Amino acid sequence: MTKPRVAFFDFASCEGCQIEFTNHGDAVILELLNHLDIVEFREAMTETTNEPIDIAFIEGSFTRESDRVRLQAIRSRAKTVIAYGACAVTGGINALKNHQDDFAEEVYGEAAYMPHLRSGTARPISAAIKVDHEVRGCPVSKEELLLVISNLLHGTTYAVPTFPVCAQCKRRETVCRYEEGDHCMGQVARAGCGAPCPADGIPCEACRGFVDDANLGALEKVLVERAGFSQRRAVAKSRMFTANLRS
Amino acid sequence: MGRTIQFEVHHITRVEGHGNIVVDVNEGVVERCEWQVPEAPRFFEAMVRDRHYTEVARITSRICGICSIGHTLASVKATEAALGIEVTPQTLALRTLLKHAENFDSHVLHVCVLVAPDLLGAPSVFALVPTHAEIVARALRLKRLAHEWGSMIGGRTTHPTTVVPGGFTKLPTVTELTAMRDKMLAAIPDLEATLDTIVALAPALPDFSRPTEYMAVSSDHEYGLYDGYVQTILPDGDRARYEVADYRSCTNEYVSPSSTAKFAKNRLDSYAAGALARFNVNHGLLRPEAKAAAERLGIRAICTNPFMNSVAQVVEIVHSFFEGLRLLDGLIEDGVREEPLVKPVRFGTGASAVEVPRGILFHEYSYDTNGMCMKADCIIPTGQNHANIQLDLEALLPWLLEQDKSSDEIRLAFEMLVRAYDPCISCSTH
Repeated sequence: MTKPRVAFFDFASCEGCQIEFTNHGDAVILELLNHLDIVEFREAMTETTNEPIDIAFIEGSFTRESDRVRLQAIRSRAKTVIAYGACAVTGGINALKNHQDDFAEEVYGEAAYMPHLRSGTARPISAAIKVDHEVRGCPVSKEELLLVISNLLHGTTYAVPTFPVCAQCKRRETVCRYEEGDHCMGQVARAGCGAPCPADGIPCEACRGFVDDANLGALEKVLVERAGFSQRRAVAKSRMFTANLRS
Repeated sequence: MGRTIQFEVHHITRVEGHGNIVVDVNEGVVERCEWQVPEAPRFFEAMVRDRHYTEVARITSRICGICSIGHTLASVKATEAALGIEVTPQTLALRTLLKHAENFDSHVLHVCVLVAPDLLGAPSVFALVPTHAEIVARALRLKRLAHEWGSMIGGRTTHPTTVVPGGFTKLPTVTELTAMRDKMLAAIPDLEATLDTIVALAPALPDFSRPTEYMAVSSDHEYGLYDGYVQTILPDGDRARYEVADYRSCTNEYVSPSSTAKFAKNRLDSYAAGALARFNVNHGLLRPEAKAAAERLGIRAICTNPFMNSVAQVVEIVHSFFEGLRLLDGLIEDGVREEPLVKPVRFGTGASAVEVPRGILFHEYSYDTNGMCMKADCIIPTGQNHANIQLDLEALLPWLLEQDKSSDEIRLAFEMLVRAYDPCISCSTH
């Protein structure tokens, strides 16, 4: 069997999800290379290809019209497109600016009018091209990445969990952040990460997006009533990595 | 009549983020020689406004995936300065150990995975797998070790979880620290073999020189990293010192029409940050093992060859490894105590400077009396290096033309020069 041809691409992001891939170490990466043929990966290699690609991992948000052309070119070359990481899947942290109208002036001051500094709404790559699979999270779970790749190699599809992070905290017996006097968004956050954040003593901030039909009104209510947030802070909090999923 | 050479490197490879190089030499006359940064800006300083002090670092961490530990540390340090928080000696020791883990991690990735292929005549690390399997495996083993070292303290290395204003939300146990020390001791042969490899390859780097100003965090008691003041040195040895709170007076950011990242300058038209700058400013405080490595690698302060930044990173790999072991020994001997987070005593403005792999990083925040962020400023090492890269390329081009280098050779040298800075371009634009 010929090895699938795999490529990595990046848009507006920190490129940390690509780094997570390298954190697998020698045993996993060298074994993966027995099953995959990495043909393009700008951050790690100079080689490029004009041939079709079997699996394209795309990291980062779609923030400029000029990026649409690049995204479409990748789509036209790739059999399967995987949105890789929160920025690509939902717009991620980049979408916080979508709720502001003065972000350019705040950062660039009087130079903000210069054409090369223009930036539009931070959107998921699915706003520009069709996406076949998602690897969620900020950063992605590198273990889940292996599950996605493994399923593709076996001709099956990885199913992203649809239950909330709370369930994974219960399973690993993590004390609820609210019991510790903190706040949390795990009630409505989509699981699959294994709930590392509450176990490390910080709240879940829904970097993987929300479960289907999440009751976001109730999330705000809990943040106000149990964490003591003002309504304004509760709304801001509910947008942390999910600003594009909230009005 | 001189030669005509034109090329454009669109989205230079084996660097973080997106940068272009444009060269146009017409009959020996340089018409264009430009370093461009088209990276998509993300507007972090705007996005953290109206965010609570406890969550600001988790947003600014996302500025950079490779140096997210550094951004988290710079962010919590600036927030602590704004809030009058003084952390405990244990927190300081753990954060310094975490900082060494990140610099070690990032330098291994840069030198062994991104730069080594140039010195071995290969287009990428993947191409080295069949020909230099042991070099690749060793690099990936050391990378994995660094990931485990950093995760033990920070929860994870990409966007750490446990580092918050006032201390840590979770501490490593002495058992974990001891296991890590054993793993590191077992990795010494890999470290030595990597040093041998780079000692053998380093002479292939171009013997180019362009004196500039070098800026780094400095401290009187250690090779500046997590804490200290700002110091710069000119090639003639003239030093200048700046307090962290006055960082604007030595960074002088400005917007360039060729870049979405801001540029910076100080006493000259540009300055350098990063491993070579740290080495030039602070070499006297390197550990003996690192000084011996510098001797073997043939690097001496003040080194004005920008290609040697990768070599200075190797010196720092050795320094961070042995300094990390020393800090681990201290923590194992003292034991690790549960400590409550130190609470804010005021709400105001505070700044920090931390050495991240690519150089000195500044964060500054202002908070209102509810602890909500009103204003933020982040000055990124690669942003500080952009003007220096531009001036290096302008000096490198005639130097290469004089040696009658071919267009392909010039193109490769240009890419290698940019790569030597280990630029974190999306970080610089943020």
